[in-house]
Amino acid sequence: MLTDRTAPAQSSNRELTIVQALREAVREEMRRDEQVFVLGEDIRIGGSFLFTLGLLDEFGPERVLNTPISEAGFVGLAIGAAVQGMRPIIDFQYGDFIFTAFDQIIQQCAKLRYMSGGQVSIPLVFQLPTGASGRGAQHANSVETIFFGIPGLKIVTPATPYDAKGLFKSAVRDNNPVLFCVHKHLYGSKGRQLAKSSISRGHVPETEYLIPLGKGDIKKRGSEITVVANGQMLHRSLNVAEALESEGLSAEVVDPRCLVPFDTELVIDSVVRTSRIVIVEEGNERGGWGAQLAAEIANRAIGYLDAPVLRVASPNVPIPFSPVLESAVIPGESRIRSAILELMDQ
Amino acid sequence: MQELSIRLPQIPDIAPLEPFDADLLRAMYRQMVLIRQFELKVNELFLQGIMPGTIHLSLGQEASVVGACMALEADDVITLTHRGHGQALAKGLSADSLMAELFGKETGCCRGKGGSLHVGDMSVGALPALAIVGASSPIAAGMAFAFKRQETGQVALNFFGEGTVNKGDWHEALNLASVWKLPVVFLCENNLYGVSTHISEVMAIEYVAERASSYGMPGSTIYGNDPIIVFQTVMAAAQRARSGGGPTLIECLTYRRGGHKRDDPGAYRPREEVEAWFKTDPIPAFRARLLKDERFSPSALDVLEEAVTATIDAAVDFALASDTPALTAALEFVYAD
Repeated sequence: MLTDRTAPAQSSNRELTIVQALREAVREEMRRDEQVFVLGEDIRIGGSFLFTLGLLDEFGPERVLNTPISEAGFVGLAIGAAVQGMRPIIDFQYGDFIFTAFDQIIQQCAKLRYMSGGQVSIPLVFQLPTGASGRGAQHANSVETIFFGIPGLKIVTPATPYDAKGLFKSAVRDNNPVLFCVHKHLYGSKGRQLAKSSISRGHVPETEYLIPLGKGDIKKRGSEITVVANGQMLHRSLNVAEALESEGLSAEVVDPRCLVPFDTELVIDSVVRTSRIVIVEEGNERGGWGAQLAAEIANRAIGYLDAPVLRVASPNVPIPFSPVLESAVIPGESRIRSAILELMDQ
Repeated sequence: MQELSIRLPQIPDIAPLEPFDADLLRAMYRQMVLIRQFELKVNELFLQGIMPGTIHLSLGQEASVVGACMALEADDVITLTHRGHGQALAKGLSADSLMAELFGKETGCCRGKGGSLHVGDMSVGALPALAIVGASSPIAAGMAFAFKRQETGQVALNFFGEGTVNKGDWHEALNLASVWKLPVVFLCENNLYGVSTHISEVMAIEYVAERASSYGMPGSTIYGNDPIIVFQTVMAAAQRARSGGGPTLIECLTYRRGGHKRDDPGAYRPREEVEAWFKTDPIPAFRARLLKDERFSPSALDVLEEAVTATIDAAVDFALASDTPALTAALEFVYAD
């Protein structure tokens, strides 16, 4: 049986990857609450990103369920189980496979509480690897963006191991459906590419902690411009901001951590101080969460701005396979840098 | 174009009522009459322009839903379809809260947030209806999953129409329920038509229940206008589910007396088929059957029917007198605390 051999020895300054932090979070929650269980495709052997590695050994097949390739079926099943008081966690191999369960999520899961006049609640976590990772258009969706406009769902996009663990535990305890979207380059799973930045591995305390959903975090303090970015884009933005710091430009990097609910106040407070803002997201530009944030900024903070709001996102095309094309489409550090410098010139 | 194969009712032998408790038989008849009168009243209110929204009546299908729900325990849970008034009443929703919901009133079972297409009341084991065809089947399986895991002994019953059985969600639900031996009863009200489309146009086998074998579960096709047959079949399936035997597929052959919804006269149906099925109206048939039993008299059934009429009238009064929701209610219940 497979076990989690990559888990580091417990020590006070230990550093984990996101997938290690998530495995710890799910284990803690399953030990804490008998109603929590995990289901998904191939999770007996750890699932695609090894999120469930070792879970079967500890919790057995009653609580770690290998499903058929049947997304609408097992999403609906999880909804029903949640209605009756269980707390399912669905591990998706790729977030991209969620679309065959669209009706279950948008029409049933997100609306049942509302339509029933509050008679039911649906505590259900979707563990969704998101974003582009060299696999062509059908494995490269920014899943979080597609669900962004649907009332009734919460959406979390953690970017660091510390955040991932604290947010995941809150997601499991939340009484609503939560889409937990982790970029495929951020898990740090064995054999998978890991986005490099100063925070892609990080300290995760051994003592239990929770991070409330809807609370953003300033990942780097700065005074001249605000960069709001999530997921993999946070790491790229941070790399750019750290490089610019040594060149004498002070950029603040804000990680919303959750898209729904969104910590708009944190961004407004930052913009009021810096008077400039760039919003960076990986998904297609049209209909992105950055558009909503730009509208909020225009509505509430336009008087504080010294320059227009600038967005950096993928153009409105499916994500191409050829590595040179994928890199050209997904916002990279040079685009983020150019956007920041462009605003600083204004 | 394929020829429609007209499906005429095949009425089985009428079983004697003697083995059944008089209270059970009376309750069965009362529930069927309640649903019939409720829906006739709803239709009238709709035609008068008093009732908002849209309605999908289940006139003619009362025996299936009443027989099925009476075979369940009070804490068993059903899922409902877009044609769900009868299913709701059969599981025990009050006529008051159901009528108020149809009027979009605050006192409705879903506080006016659901309407005709989403009626339900968790306190009587009726998950508010899911109006998208096929969607409720995996959710019913999921509730059954929780019952099994929590060892509550409860059963989930999934109502759906024959139009559902070509949807992926439905097949995925049957497969999962069977693989994991979940305590769920899949109950098809086969009224032969998905809106205007006859089942023979869209399914290459004769009976829905034939599909059970491919999922390794028992399936049976029964005459759905006899509440006793439905009751006995669902009782057996529920017992099997409760004892760990897994799911069952039951197909109740029945017929809509009206069209798909209120503005549909159902003119696409062959006259021969309509006439034959209309003769099988389950309510007069069951009344006549009761009256052959010395435990029931015409006057007693008249009293029962009049009491139901009073209940319906009171429900209309209750709904009309109820407040509409405060406008702030539109923003409530999006998220749970």
